[in-house]
Amino acid sequence: MAEPMRARPKPTPETQHFWDGTKAGELRLQRCDSCAHVYFPPRPFCPSCASRKVSIFKASGKGTLYSYVINHRPAAPGFTPPYAIAVVALEEGPRMMSNITGCPQTPVALELDMPLEVTFEPLDAQITLPLFRPAKG
Amino acid sequence: MRRNQVAVVGAAETTELGVIPTMSQIQLHADAALNAIADAGLKLSDIDGFATAVETPQQMCHYLGITPTWVDGTSVGGCSFMLHVRHAAAAIEAGLCKTVLITHAESGKSMIGKQPRSIPADSLQGQFEAPFGVYGPPSMFPIPVLRYMKTYGITHEQLAMVAVVQREWAARNPRAMMKDPITVDDVLNSRMIAYPFRLLQCCLVTDGGGALILTSADRAKDFPRKPVYILGTGESVETPMVSQMETFTSSRAFKVAGPLAFKEAGITHADVDHLMIYDAFAHLPLFGLGDLGFMPHEETGPFIAAGHTRPGGKLPLNTNGGGLSYMHSGMYGMYALQESVRQMRGIAPAQVPGAKISVCHGVGGMFAASGTIIFTNER
Repeated sequence: MAEPMRARPKPTPETQHFWDGTKAGELRLQRCDSCAHVYFPPRPFCPSCASRKVSIFKASGKGTLYSYVINHRPAAPGFTPPYAIAVVALEEGPRMMSNITGCPQTPVALELDMPLEVTFEPLDAQITLPLFRPAKG
Repeated sequence: MRRNQVAVVGAAETTELGVIPTMSQIQLHADAALNAIADAGLKLSDIDGFATAVETPQQMCHYLGITPTWVDGTSVGGCSFMLHVRHAAAAIEAGLCKTVLITHAESGKSMIGKQPRSIPADSLQGQFEAPFGVYGPPSMFPIPVLRYMKTYGITHEQLAMVAVVQREWAARNPRAMMKDPITVDDVLNSRMIAYPFRLLQCCLVTDGGGALILTSADRAKDFPRKPVYILGTGESVETPMVSQMETFTSSRAFKVAGPLAFKEAGITHADVDHLMIYDAFAHLPLFGLGDLGFMPHEETGPFIAAGHTRPGGKLPLNTNGGGLSYMHSGMYGMYALQESVRQMRGIAPAQVPGAKISVCHGVGGMFAASGTIIFTNER
């Protein structure tokens, strides 16, 4: 029997650019052309001022660790506990859920506000997930 | 909404609470509804307004044999019943119906006739949370806790005290699931679920239900039970994605719903004799105390650790034992409302002597929604 796989996102017309981005090694966010608000998750209008004039841009991929849990049980399919479920504060403002790689999954190693950088992990031929690792230097 | 125009005249839980392998979820609804009807001295045919969550009004009205002229299927998680009370009060005042039945039940433990919760892969949660290993409320609800602790200097011991104090209340309640005393060490040595939370900081998983009956305050005096009046109400929603909350140091939905209810009630925090804050996990009473304006967030942990919310304390909180020790079938808001009504009737197992005002604050989802009801037994 195959290993159980982690939950696989299914893009919609409004989010396709995000998943195209991760596949191409880019973390894409959106910015309002009217009020400059940067937001996430994706949608074709600004949730701050309701303008439909918005642009997609490549984010720096830099952020900090805003908060997390280290999940022990029950574990999601495709995960081996304990594993951290983190929320990353991106340099551009929005926050996103992710996992932290390249780092022990312990309270000592996972320090709030530690600098992080994005890394991309292919899930299958179509979907690549944006994960984060401790920033180098 | 005007104060004290609508009253609770019937309130009851399911005959049994805990593990109920003999009833499906809709039958648990019916069991609670029939108990509340009997409590109010009514017949089912007297009910012309109906509200419920998860199960639909059409499902439950047909099962119960009710023909309503007003229904509300608001389903925003565990505080849906606070919102139902608010909506029902407005409907009764507007003359849309006279007597409203609100039911909740969940076969949360036995899972009989209950649809499993699932997250569609093309929803925003399915795309931007589920792939990162969230799996049920214990993996999601505590995500803000470490940020809250760091910002306000809250300690693990203070968060453990929430569970300790609520167990003290549960010990006074014969219907509570968990009654044996626990210590801070017991909490901090219990099995790790999702750091920083351990087993005793997470709610129970049980079967059960509850129902309320509301009518106009003018009619309420003719009912067998002491009327419990709706003094103030508030509601709001924020986001179904815990990762997208405006901040992890506060709940926006709490900060809207709570103060709205206080303003409508025309009371100050010093007027509150009894308080319920939906405690699916140990951090919720802290968020509630802060966001409802009882004290700055920095003081919430020390306040509970100092024993001010325990039996005999100056602010009795979660006096049934709460979701941590009383019961938690999945949508606990109904049980918080039931305890507020018991306290206002003066019949609670751990009765707060002379209590006249009870604040009942609920959460839905992972800080996704909120509803606050302020009750009084004086008109």
